[in-house]
Amino acid sequence: MNIHEYQAKEVFRKHGIPVPPGGDVASTPEAAKAIAEAIGGQVVVKAQVHSGGRGKAGGVKLADNPEDARQKAEAILQLQIQGLPVRRVLVAPALDIAHEYYLGIVLDRAAKLPAIMISREGGVDIEEVARTKPEALSKQHFDPERGLRPYEARMLAAKVEPNGKLAGKIARVIEKLVAAFASVDASLAEINPLVQTPDGDIIALDAKINLDDNALFRHADLEAMRDPDTETDADRDARNIGLSFIKLDGSIGCVVNGAGLAMATMDLVKHFGGEPANFLDIGGSSKPEKVVTAIRIITSDPKVKAILFNIFGGITRCDDVARGLIQGIQQTGVKLPIVIRLVGTNEAEGRKILEEVSGLHPAETMDEAVKKVVELAQA
Amino acid sequence: MAILIDETTKVVVSGITGRDGSFHAKGMKDYGTKVVAGVTPGKGGQEEHGIPVFNLVSEAVQETGANTSVIYVPPAFAADAVLEAAHAGVKLVVAITEGIPVLDMIPVVHELKEMGVRLIGPNCPGLISPGKSKVGILPGEIHTPGNVGVVSRSGTLTYEMVYQLTRNGIGQSTCIGIGGDPVIGTQFIDTLELFEADPETKAVVMIGEIGGTAEEEAAAYISKNMSKPVVGFIAGRTAPPGKRMGHAGAIISGGQGTAEDKTKTLEGHGIQVARIPSEVGGMIRDLL
Repeated sequence: MNIHEYQAKEVFRKHGIPVPPGGDVASTPEAAKAIAEAIGGQVVVKAQVHSGGRGKAGGVKLADNPEDARQKAEAILQLQIQGLPVRRVLVAPALDIAHEYYLGIVLDRAAKLPAIMISREGGVDIEEVARTKPEALSKQHFDPERGLRPYEARMLAAKVEPNGKLAGKIARVIEKLVAAFASVDASLAEINPLVQTPDGDIIALDAKINLDDNALFRHADLEAMRDPDTETDADRDARNIGLSFIKLDGSIGCVVNGAGLAMATMDLVKHFGGEPANFLDIGGSSKPEKVVTAIRIITSDPKVKAILFNIFGGITRCDDVARGLIQGIQQTGVKLPIVIRLVGTNEAEGRKILEEVSGLHPAETMDEAVKKVVELAQA
Repeated sequence: MAILIDETTKVVVSGITGRDGSFHAKGMKDYGTKVVAGVTPGKGGQEEHGIPVFNLVSEAVQETGANTSVIYVPPAFAADAVLEAAHAGVKLVVAITEGIPVLDMIPVVHELKEMGVRLIGPNCPGLISPGKSKVGILPGEIHTPGNVGVVSRSGTLTYEMVYQLTRNGIGQSTCIGIGGDPVIGTQFIDTLELFEADPETKAVVMIGEIGGTAEEEAAAYISKNMSKPVVGFIAGRTAPPGKRMGHAGAIISGGQGTAEDKTKTLEGHGIQVARIPSEVGGMIRDLL
């Protein structure tokens, strides 16, 4: 799960990472104006949306006075950034900047450890820096249980800041970011830019945190930060019952067990000339209710012309899926053609249950099933 | 031969009284795996499908001589269960559990490595040496003994590939799902090394997916270190960037980890890559 910049800054504040003072989030231009009035002086108005490149998309603007802030907020609240509508803006005091650094923590899968990355060149696309000037980016792994030793933080800070006093302040931010990363179960925590003000303060001007979905069960406070506006009803229903669901643009609804097979099924639909309407993994241990929800979600998309079930039972039991399919057909009254392929654990029981249902199109192999559903969707 | 598990494998099942643990303990036993013990704290002294249940893995190992552990414990407790099994003295731990927080697994993965205990998974289907032993949740009946090793990040896609191989009359030495999480105990390269050393294995199918760079690292390893032919497949050609495709590890981010890139890298190292799963059988037959 991703959280917004203003929420990530709350997390930073709790962990003692300095963020710009004051500022608040607004969902109307008038509210933005009121916040700017309370701050006084120049403010920055920033789109709160789960995508990168906000600045380039016109989602970050300076405003000289409250009325200007109102106008900038009005414009930003009408934007769509990478397809996502902007529903909130953060209004914060504008800071004078002497220098911009980059500081981030990501998961290094190959090393099986989190890695701190720091650069003297901040405020820019860090992937571009990594590509073109890898020597400008320093990297240090750490054990999340042990954390980072203070001297390790000081050594990292010294790589980006020759002034000892400033480097000391940066080192403390590094230590606190490491602590924050571990305590919220982040998969990414990034400050870009981390700025030095003319007064010699070190402040996190931006904040980005992505959370490990698998750990949300122990972070009710973070779960509460989930932005309902970034989810459709279908997304929410899928999440609540434990389906992985991603809506796509095609006409063939896919219900598959297992992420790898679900991806391979979408790929094969495309290979045989069809367009998948979704990625949907019913997961292991499938209860019939999951299948019912899957059918409801898929049939709520008017573009869907045919549905494909591709189930290869391992931990998933084919009879569970068959029962769910029957319940789903009854509860939704779905009239679309359904191609079903059931193989693996309790396959015989599953097929037996489905013998009683008319109008289903059974298939032996994945190729046969996909060809059939593509044909039915185009008929 | 085969890799990691065979007729001598003696399994202890952590979480044996849960819905999945119980069901698959029976499935393993029915397949012929020597399932010698189960563990559920507080339920020691019971039996599950005729398998004795213990409170602690250490008790189970002491009483039964189990040398392999399989974990069906819920995510919040699974990392601890892996450590318990490793410290009880088994040499192989197979973690089936899906949804374990990454930061729980990181120290566990490193601790097991230091102890010399091999970890498969988490979030994996386990492994099977057809006709000998299965540890995990794979459907035994689709497998047939033979000379092709199969390694995959996915569960059900592995079954699909095995199903294709078996239908083409191609048997398997060992099939192993290494897991779909970003941090896992055993990587492609570790498994390829074992297959290369296994006299029974004549060729390998490697099934990758979008996200990370494990397939690219494997490709470099194969061209440098492997004499046996490898056929690849990469799932997720149609995956949009920035969306996590079910597996926590399957996400195209920062333009990295696309199926196209991985396919190109594999082919660049002289490895054949099937475009659709049903091509794999024919490619392997031509190579054997």
